[in-house]
Amino acid sequence: MTKEYGTIVNTVVLPYRWALGQTWTRFFDGLKEEKIYGTRCGTCGKVFVPAKTFCPDCYSDLDDWMDVSQEGTLKSWTLVRKSHFGQVRQPPYALGLIRLDGTDCEFIHFLGGVDWSDMQNAREKLKAGARVKAAWSKEKHADIHDISCFEPLKS
Amino acid sequence: MGRAVAVIGTGQTRHGRRNDVSYPDLVREAVRMALEDAGITPKDIEGVVSGTMPSMMEGISDTHLYFAEALCEVGKPVLKVESCGSTGQSIAHCGFYWVASGMADLVLVVGMEKMFEGDGQATMSTVADPWFLKPFSAGAPGVFTMQAMEWMHRFNIPEDKAHEAAAFISVTHHDSALDNPYAHIKIKIGMDEAKNAPIITYPVRLLDVCPTSDGACAVILASEEMAKKIGRKPAWIRGLGFRGEEFFYGESNKSIWPSATEAAKHAYEQAGIRDPLKELDVAEIYNPFTYQEMIFYECFGFCPRGKAPDYVLEGKFNRTGELPCDPSGGVLCTNPIGASGLIRLAEATLQVTGKAGARQIEGAELALSHAMGGIDQFNGVTIVGAKL
Amino acid sequence: MADEKPKEKPREMKAQVTVPYEMAMGRNWHRFFENLKEERIMGTKCGKCSRVFIPPRSFCPRCFEDNEEWVEIGQEGTIETWCYSNLMFYGQTLKPPFIAVQVHLDGTDVGLQHRIAGFDLSDFEKVRELVKSGGRVRVVWNKEKKGNIFDIDYFELIPE
Repeated sequence: MTKEYGTIVNTVVLPYRWALGQTWTRFFDGLKEEKIYGTRCGTCGKVFVPAKTFCPDCYSDLDDWMDVSQEGTLKSWTLVRKSHFGQVRQPPYALGLIRLDGTDCEFIHFLGGVDWSDMQNAREKLKAGARVKAAWSKEKHADIHDISCFEPLKS
Repeated sequence: MGRAVAVIGTGQTRHGRRNDVSYPDLVREAVRMALEDAGITPKDIEGVVSGTMPSMMEGISDTHLYFAEALCEVGKPVLKVESCGSTGQSIAHCGFYWVASGMADLVLVVGMEKMFEGDGQATMSTVADPWFLKPFSAGAPGVFTMQAMEWMHRFNIPEDKAHEAAAFISVTHHDSALDNPYAHIKIKIGMDEAKNAPIITYPVRLLDVCPTSDGACAVILASEEMAKKIGRKPAWIRGLGFRGEEFFYGESNKSIWPSATEAAKHAYEQAGIRDPLKELDVAEIYNPFTYQEMIFYECFGFCPRGKAPDYVLEGKFNRTGELPCDPSGGVLCTNPIGASGLIRLAEATLQVTGKAGARQIEGAELALSHAMGGIDQFNGVTIVGAKL
Repeated sequence: MADEKPKEKPREMKAQVTVPYEMAMGRNWHRFFENLKEERIMGTKCGKCSRVFIPPRSFCPRCFEDNEEWVEIGQEGTIETWCYSNLMFYGQTLKPPFIAVQVHLDGTDVGLQHRIAGFDLSDFEKVRELVKSGGRVRVVWNKEKKGNIFDIDYFELIPE
């Protein structure tokens, strides 16, 4: 028989104020105006969304800002059903890996515009390679949630 | 000691409140400067070591993942080492082992912190266990003050004398920081201000303690062959030492601090130093608190035990003294914790390669750098010299 | 359009990270805290070097042997060091001003962290007259016991 010993409950709560820097401030300012900005590397020509300060391959500054298309292709996705402490949204919700047209990298965001109670239909709509488009939140806070989610393009 | 290892480039950010840049961009500022100083590109780097305070400090865990691009890590082997305040020395040592072992010729070592983004004391308190130490935490000031009190009591140092010497150190270092383009706190103060500043944890006062700072420091380590090939003026690592003590505060005698004493001794043995006060030209000591700095002087053999205040008041550790200590202003004026220990090595390197600008100590050829970590738990020392 | 400079200076994003933990005490500390509830202070002793530890370590940090022997510790001790804290920080347990103390309880070989209280702490000039390294202190028990270190409410000064 295992003997039970006491435990101590210890919750760590810490406050933060993260500096966004020029690049992310400008990127989020764009979202507030329903614009998605990317930055382009003058050396290799790659375009990055969210906007980056420097090219990860070339290590050079990225000064070339572009207004990027709000439509793109879904590379992959998953439906989250499990809860954990501190989740931003309550399950079920879906995450997608999206590459916007004219860019050279993917990023993660929420997927919406789909009825999750009908998984067969959902899978049809969100096959890898499906076309998606940004849907905007009514209320803007100049953060990533200004984009509410990406929805399948009506074909 | 393995193969000879040189420091061939250093880089530092402008330290202070850097809410003008995101954390990864801050890191890149230091790395870019170090790459330029060494005359190499990101592609030349063969391995990367980084370190910071516990990630709770900035709220993003495992920052060596977050900084992959800024640290030129993509496609390279990567190590992260953390030992709280002594992180800067730990990562330097790790980089040293990597090159000395023959497994790499060129290693990038970077320490960083963005303390304005979190709550420094609250985060540091998470290092303490929640059952016995955390309840009585008065932050870092509490620990260092208790140590200072123990030291004054043990060696019968009159409080007034210690107070005077602490203020003297504060004035000296704040003065030196005015000549350091990277330093955070740049203020001109006098003895009266230092002695009468507000109390934080008695007897330690506001001007006896370090600031919280944002900053990063990068250092490039090279093998002898690579250093000669690249052709920049190297600072050779002549000795290193690192020691740890028990976790529970109260188990070791912090007034004689075995880990600090032994770490220095080990480094001296490797470097062939018998009389540190005479043989060292500069010492960049980890000095967040003026009282504690005096304990380090004694542990490192710069003066007999209990005599540091006398030596300080005689000016022996000034910029014009026998052994200038912290001509950069030290941690007292600049403290981005994860970087601070490495900044000491960078400053020691600048001294022995003649690149320290207005804070240069003339003719410096052998310098000690040091950092302390945890609840007075770890001490690391690296000695660099102009000659191999 | 994209060449315009940002309209405002770079911003900060405010956030709070909350992470919950439940940590196991293990056999030793469980026993230690159970004894505190009964106003008894128990330590462990190393069979090799004979050092007595409080809090009771399950193994000797220097000999690396299991500490099997438990000993009862006295409730008076000597101040090894102390500090008067005026410092506020987020989430601290004790609100300033308070006196953190390292006590060498009689019969032990290490210092124990706790606090000194029982008198007016508002004027540190008066405090430093009363509290001295080397002075004697005594446990004052908390009437309410919860099985944690504050079952010892504080250490009071024993007048010379």
